[in-house]
Amino acid sequence: MKKDVLLGDEAVALAAFQAGLTAAFSYPGTPASEIMEYLIRLARSEGGFKAAWCVNEKVAYEEALGVSFAGQRALVSMKHVGLNVAADPFMNSALTKIIGGLVVVVADDPSMHSSQNEQDSRYYAHFARIFCLEPSNHQETYEMTRQAFDLSEKYHLPVLLRLVTRLSHSRSEVISRDKRAPNPLQRGEWSDWTLLPANARRRFTELLNIQKDLLEESERSPFNRLSLSSSNSRLGIIASGIGYNYVLENINSLDHQPSVLKISTYPLPFNLIRQLVEAVEEILIVEEGYPFIEERLRGLFGLPGKKIRGKLSGDLPLTGELTPDTVRTALGLEPFSHHELKDKHLASRPPQLCQGCPHHDTFIALKEVLKDYPQATVFSDIGCYTLGALPPLSAIDTCVCMGASVSMAKGGAEAGIFPSIAVIGDSTFTHSGMTPLLDAATANVNMTVIIVDNAVVAMTGGQPTYATGDRLVQICAGLGVAKEHIRQIVPLPKNKEKNMAVMREEIEYPGTSVIISTRECIQEVKKRAKRR
Amino acid sequence: MKQDIILAGVGGQGILSIAFVLDIAALREGLQFKQAEVHGMAQRGGAVQSHLRLADDKIYSDLIPRGQADIILGVEPLETIRYLDYLHPQGIIVSSRNPYINIPDYPPLEKILATISQFPRVKLIDSLSLARQAGSLLTQNMVLLGAASPYLIIGEIHLKEAINQLFAAKGEGIVAMNIKAFELGREIVGQDD
Repeated sequence: MKKDVLLGDEAVALAAFQAGLTAAFSYPGTPASEIMEYLIRLARSEGGFKAAWCVNEKVAYEEALGVSFAGQRALVSMKHVGLNVAADPFMNSALTKIIGGLVVVVADDPSMHSSQNEQDSRYYAHFARIFCLEPSNHQETYEMTRQAFDLSEKYHLPVLLRLVTRLSHSRSEVISRDKRAPNPLQRGEWSDWTLLPANARRRFTELLNIQKDLLEESERSPFNRLSLSSSNSRLGIIASGIGYNYVLENINSLDHQPSVLKISTYPLPFNLIRQLVEAVEEILIVEEGYPFIEERLRGLFGLPGKKIRGKLSGDLPLTGELTPDTVRTALGLEPFSHHELKDKHLASRPPQLCQGCPHHDTFIALKEVLKDYPQATVFSDIGCYTLGALPPLSAIDTCVCMGASVSMAKGGAEAGIFPSIAVIGDSTFTHSGMTPLLDAATANVNMTVIIVDNAVVAMTGGQPTYATGDRLVQICAGLGVAKEHIRQIVPLPKNKEKNMAVMREEIEYPGTSVIISTRECIQEVKKRAKRR
Repeated sequence: MKQDIILAGVGGQGILSIAFVLDIAALREGLQFKQAEVHGMAQRGGAVQSHLRLADDKIYSDLIPRGQADIILGVEPLETIRYLDYLHPQGIIVSSRNPYINIPDYPPLEKILATISQFPRVKLIDSLSLARQAGSLLTQNMVLLGAASPYLIIGEIHLKEAINQLFAAKGEGIVAMNIKAFELGREIVGQDD
């Protein structure tokens, strides 16, 4: 038994290692990055397992699946939108017969602190008909991660562990246990792993057949707790994940303690919910993310004779993360007296490109070139350079999802936009930009892709990238872009005129061109200088 | 016994270093803690804040309720006033009076300082000159931690040990500089409160 101060993310990493992990894979993304960061440090200091960043979440997932096929334990971690990228292997892996425990950790980002949406991963677990575990604090995060491996091996299914930003990025003490040994090597049966229709139908029937076992397991999980109140037959609360903490934070201020059901496992523990519902007149549902539990409890017609309150009823906000304050109000308590901010429009301090950032120089040159093209559209992507959207640069028109800049630029060009420009980072390009560039280059669509290459995954803290500089040239040439229209520039103020000339030439070229704008991330330069 | 602290500042000012010192010191003090912080996008020169909760008993919420913070510790005055709604009516503000201006619409400083000064318990610190005195402008965060230290439920000795632990890898000189910054901050507020 050992005590550590850990982020929620790090509690997952430590637990996975101690559960007898063979390998872990991930792609950087806030708020999940610290899981792999910690695993990489552990792999260096302790050894005995592999921890690696991958080119994207789908690849990471499939690598983990290969480990499981080999009978060994694997962890794959990502941010919520990363699961969209990995959705294909995720959905289908539920039909394979998992051997080594496969734990899928997904960190949701309610309030969109660093994300483009706030989708709720519990729906994915429900969709795939697998377990979802949702811890409420650091110690539970540790315990539930370890249990997730056991559940995965017991039911031969992947298990989804759902985190949210406030748990991922909150630090507290964690007590850990001894490490167990990894599994020996074995191999899956072809009939359980080759999802030809005949096998897939049989495997899907098996998945449906064990749903009742999953439900029973969920009913007896020690992480779900029902406390029925003898003094309050009016109010019952269903709280899941960290929503439970906000309930406990406030509940002592109530005159009569309500009944509380804490839910941390899915499929939803049906009998526990029924016991609570039968004991009270009114049910308040406190859950972080979408109204997943509330929608199910309400169904199409509600519960006759019962009042259901939560996000759908407007008692809690439908968007943004929960706070102890919003839950306090939903419990019918007066807010704590506090100073009202008079200046509601206090000058905000949005994130910005760093002083000396190479992206800044690329955007300055591009903006100036595009002044001559009234229709010019800059489709952009996910990364630091997305900050180019904000004033004073205001240099990009779109940011939707990883790699979309290249595909949207192709679509835009085909619809008649000229010039149609894609701006994408080096890591985002290898993550999801290569396949659409193959598409564009094959059709030689009139568009220009600018790869802003800072040689690192910068926004998430400086993880290694797959291709920079000449390697990117080779990749683009391999994808079919004409060699003379793959140009390399160095984004520095002194090169501005020269770079603008290159941009003009490639915009005017009536086919697919690529400009690779390479200069190392200023944060990495600083880090290296510090190390010296 | 409990203490809720809002830490505020601009990305790069060492807010999370203050949090680290407080976490480690709280452990040494035998307290429980929860500390919610901001990573990722928000750190690029943007506003950074951390909710830090200390208690000798179980802590539930990772976030501090509005009106319940015992201390707002701001390394930058505009960032301090961003979280005034979290301050407990009897809470104390320990804030730098030195602005960090990286936005075009930074409000007039005197207005910001006046907003802070209307609260009953305020310590406005010239952290920049004290940090310079300590040997580096990067130690403003430790100056302010020092200035807040008399009001913490963590002993000075544990805070200094934690500062030692945080900077040990960077060499004795850096440790000494940060300890000096802490002490300068602690001296300037005196024991008059």
